[in-house]
Amino acid sequence: MKFWKYLGLRLLAWAVTILIGVTFIFFIPRLFPSDPVENMIGRIQSNSGQMDPAEKEALRKSLRVQFGLEGSLWTQYTSFLWKGMLHFDFGPSLMSFPTPVGDILMTYLPYTVGLSLTTTILAWIIGNFIGLLAGFRKNKRASKILEGIAICIYPIPYFIVALILQVIFAFLLGWFPLQATIIQSADFATYIASLIKASILPAVSILLLGTGWWIISMKSLSGATAEEDFVLYARYRGLSEGKIGRSYVFRNSILTQVTALAMSLGGVFNGSIMTEIIFGYPGVGTLVQKAITQSDYNMILGTITLSIIAISTCTLIADLIYPFIDPRIRYS
Amino acid sequence: MKKFWKNASIRLKIGLIMTLFFLFVGFVIYLIPHTDPFPYVSQMNMRNLPPSWEHLLGTTSRGQDIFWMLVEAIHNSLLIGLMVAFLGTVVGVLVGLTSGFVGGTLDRVLMVVTDTFVVIPSLPVLILMTALMKGSMTVVFMALVLALFAWAWPSRQIRSMALTLKERDFIQTAWFSGEGTLQTVVTEILPFAFTWSLSNFMNATLSAIASESSLAVLGLSPANLITLGNMIQWARDFNAIMARRWLWFASPVVATVLLFVGLFMLITGYNDYLAMKRGR
Repeated sequence: MKFWKYLGLRLLAWAVTILIGVTFIFFIPRLFPSDPVENMIGRIQSNSGQMDPAEKEALRKSLRVQFGLEGSLWTQYTSFLWKGMLHFDFGPSLMSFPTPVGDILMTYLPYTVGLSLTTTILAWIIGNFIGLLAGFRKNKRASKILEGIAICIYPIPYFIVALILQVIFAFLLGWFPLQATIIQSADFATYIASLIKASILPAVSILLLGTGWWIISMKSLSGATAEEDFVLYARYRGLSEGKIGRSYVFRNSILTQVTALAMSLGGVFNGSIMTEIIFGYPGVGTLVQKAITQSDYNMILGTITLSIIAISTCTLIADLIYPFIDPRIRYS
Repeated sequence: MKKFWKNASIRLKIGLIMTLFFLFVGFVIYLIPHTDPFPYVSQMNMRNLPPSWEHLLGTTSRGQDIFWMLVEAIHNSLLIGLMVAFLGTVVGVLVGLTSGFVGGTLDRVLMVVTDTFVVIPSLPVLILMTALMKGSMTVVFMALVLALFAWAWPSRQIRSMALTLKERDFIQTAWFSGEGTLQTVVTEILPFAFTWSLSNFMNATLSAIASESSLAVLGLSPANLITLGNMIQWARDFNAIMARRWLWFASPVVATVLLFVGLFMLITGYNDYLAMKRGR
């Protein structure tokens, strides 16, 4: 019975988080002094000359409809929630009119999800493994060096690591293409080969930073656990170091890392946007960049809404899994 | 001070020295009179100069002095970082203390809002706000926008700190000796919150500079402001990589990397130092 109450409360918190986030991004453009419709008209005029007033008025009107800016604030809000949240309908994309934003997002999204999910999980496993060894034997020289390297890599912003890798491996050494190209029209093998080739550098740069963080945090966690009395007692009982590491230190430190994984997803998403832009990897990041340069607000709004829903849902899943792996937690 | 230096770990010392170096460059060397490096220079013979005494790091393909551009970039990036950290920490401490001490419905409402800001990915929202203001961005506006995401984490931490402090004896004593809520908070709680806030302050500085430079790469930072991110982006725009003008491209990149590593070492070193002091 307690489980259902926990689940209900957690689901409620999830819905409220998304609602607040989406409400926030709904009101920002409307509170700002800059008007996306006037910006758009200004852009069109500077590209193709002055329009006559009647045409301009008609354009203004149709743009207001496209941007969802018709009607009172309340009708705009409810229709935004209704269409956007429940049907993923964010109106047509303005840069590739009249394809709906949702359709375009769906073709780009799998690449971002694939890239960031694979790298996040890999980084989590590798980083925690190295961190565990480093924390468990924290006076060994190798673990100090490893931690030193992690500390020097982790704080660097994603796009800088991406830039450095790009300059070294794509420009100077020429091992990879400067900009990712994925051949979609060809047969399956060519497609997969080009996908892998395009993904290696972005994946490595996300991996480097992610692994750095998990090494640092796991080292301090397992270092603290290794000094607990029950570990000392296990040593006195004559258990092997491997057994102590696996069943005592690892099992107790990994729990915190599962929650931390859920909390880190927002950051990973930010990072993968930046990494994609540097490498021209065809994911949501590149899409957002195109939308910014073309002032495609529907596209920007759609992407943000989707990312808020996705990140909150991942956090929710991690929270729900947590009690299953930690027997001490009893849904309270 | 001497005692602090003796107890400090190597990491804390390196971090402190690196951070102080950047503060020195950004706020002292910056004051040495120099010509504004921002405008393009029209004389062809000023372009792409190699390093010399006159131009320590050479010039760009637009004739701008790279050394002074770097100094101004460090100045402006640090300034944005410090403004955001200050705003975020002040608001975060206020919200956290209110939430922890007042409790009840207000606490619940504040925490739901705070949690939302912790969970939602900041970069897309920052992109939306700066894209709306594209072309008319100012430094102050940039700082305000970045501060929107700088207060949530500290307020959560300060709240849990307030919740445990509330039950401690000396706070009870203060209550019973007739101190008001405000006075208790100011004289009894804030000193506790301060040491922690310092570490958070540095953290917020770091992430604000990172966000600003990410936005700069997207072309969303104020276009007439020299920051580390903008400098990197301009070098990319003018194909400094393809033309192998390494000093132009590498100097902001190296400066950013060193600044971040230094700050991060300072933060983790300082946290270890606090933990060690508490352990005694």
